[in-house]
Amino acid sequence: MGFRYSFGGDTFLFVEVSEEGMSLEAFFLAMAICKKLRAMQVKGITEICPANASYMIAFDPDILPHEKALEILKSLEQEVVGTQTTIQTRLIEMPVLYNDPYTHACLMGFRNNHQCREPGSTLDPNMTDIEYARQMNGYASVEEFIKAHAESPWFVSMIGFVAGLPWLYQLVERAKQIEVPKYPIARIDTPALTIGHGGCFGCIYAVRGGGGYQMMGITPAPVWDPKQRLPYFKESMVFLNPGDIIKFSPCTESEYNAYVKQVEEGTFDLKIRQTPFSLQEWQADPKGYNQEILKALA
Amino acid sequence: MNTFKVLSPGIATFVEDLGRYGYYHLGIPPGGALDQASFIVANALVGNDKNTAGLEMALMPAKLEFEKEAVVAVCGAETTPKINGVEMPSHTALKVPAGGVLEFSYFKKGARAYLAIAGGVDVPLVMGSRSTYPLGGIGGFKGRKLEAGDILPIGTPTGKPSPKSLDKSYHLELKEIEELRVVLGLQDYKLTEQSLENLFKDIFVVSTQADRLGYRFKNGQKFNYKDLPQPFGAGANPSNITDACYPVGSMQAPGGNEPIVLLRDAPSGGGFAMYCTLISCDLDRLGQFAPNQQVRFKSVSLQEALQARKAYQARIKAMVESLA
Repeated sequence: MGFRYSFGGDTFLFVEVSEEGMSLEAFFLAMAICKKLRAMQVKGITEICPANASYMIAFDPDILPHEKALEILKSLEQEVVGTQTTIQTRLIEMPVLYNDPYTHACLMGFRNNHQCREPGSTLDPNMTDIEYARQMNGYASVEEFIKAHAESPWFVSMIGFVAGLPWLYQLVERAKQIEVPKYPIARIDTPALTIGHGGCFGCIYAVRGGGGYQMMGITPAPVWDPKQRLPYFKESMVFLNPGDIIKFSPCTESEYNAYVKQVEEGTFDLKIRQTPFSLQEWQADPKGYNQEILKALA
Repeated sequence: MNTFKVLSPGIATFVEDLGRYGYYHLGIPPGGALDQASFIVANALVGNDKNTAGLEMALMPAKLEFEKEAVVAVCGAETTPKINGVEMPSHTALKVPAGGVLEFSYFKKGARAYLAIAGGVDVPLVMGSRSTYPLGGIGGFKGRKLEAGDILPIGTPTGKPSPKSLDKSYHLELKEIEELRVVLGLQDYKLTEQSLENLFKDIFVVSTQADRLGYRFKNGQKFNYKDLPQPFGAGANPSNITDACYPVGSMQAPGGNEPIVLLRDAPSGGGFAMYCTLISCDLDRLGQFAPNQQVRFKSVSLQEALQARKAYQARIKAMVESLA
């Protein structure tokens, strides 16, 4: 798979697990190494951050010499190749209001940052992000695009950018992955809980702020709750972990508004089920295996 | 309990300590004083432990009123403290009387001044730190920068203030063209040889987009990229990568345009290629650059970075010991 190691200054070590980019195999390897590394409790390693097809550590070179850090990570590379790839994880159903008025107002305010108004563009200068994504991915209608987005579940492949923000990788074959370019000029504003898409990744913007992913819709379900008011934040201010699986379910505007009210009242909860996930079984029959695990939400 | 009141907050005044560690994998950056050396020395002057929470004031300082007598010291950016209108020395422990008003002259040099108060700013610990994380709305005072009218608690002093002032040789100096040392790596292979050469030849200027998240640099030449296949999932632009973690201090250039060096409140990850990382001890220095500061980047080896780290640690130790 071609691991690539590179120091980020004198205190970070960055590891690309696959130079070819994102794949579930690369994600599983990065996650397995980070898990082992965490269990090893190496003195001098201060941060362990799994990512989509890479991972990174921060270390204190006064305690752990950089050669030693490199040696430890390289030995783990040997160890994880061919390890078991079944994980125990959570399956979470999350309502989404696609084509919602909030991201719509925001994206219209940033049309000058969008591909549709780049010099030489032949696109409609007022097109929406979801319409752009539909065209880029060859769906006949926005409804069909939304169906593809919501029908197959998504892996949480990385947490970061800001507190609790998940990157999501859809559990479909590479040929069926939704791919959209990121905004050429990043926005300075994005509504909190926007469902974004950039490259092959989805995301849920944990808080309001800057962003460069195309905006598809919005969920009422917080993923970062520093006050830990909602039931599913009992254990942590950050809800999601790498390896969690999310199934989006489209909702209506009135349902969305009712959920938002529940969030405000502190009564909103999500359907969460424990499930095993086997990479090999998924690879053998992606569609069938998805249907099998999604039964837990029925 | 003793308190102080914010009469005017300045541009961006935050409660900080040395940072929050162990949560980067959840997207929570380290935060903490940008110029850690100045922060540590300010605490040493008032007899605090080095990690005691104080104020970081950027570009335009705050004006504060103290309820009871307090001992304070200001370090970092060159500014003259004034107590009840009387000019006092910086880099020195000062007594503010009960009801006293502490203000500061505009900064004559540098971008960030650190105010230590004996006993520290007594805000709650969140995930092991009192640093503010404004994007997540946690830490510091109510998870945000200070506003006029805020009243902050002061802890109980534990140590003894230093009777000495910090020697002038340790005060902030800035050259007309400053140098920042970086270690190449990460995705530097994406850039053409010419662009890498330009990066170390051009004289950059700190833009007005320079804050605790990152510093943007103007006046360099646009980056060009080698004709390499894009990794899957990255997006089409050659400045994009398959989204990954960002080291604090790493440099990216969205669209090949102005480079940005990430700082202690930066996003923990994202989809832009990184070309090099500032060495850890030069992060402090960058935090003192005001807009329009001229900068040249210098490529150093990892060995050189580690030597510079040792030298910097020795300097901080000597500064603190000089106050004993």
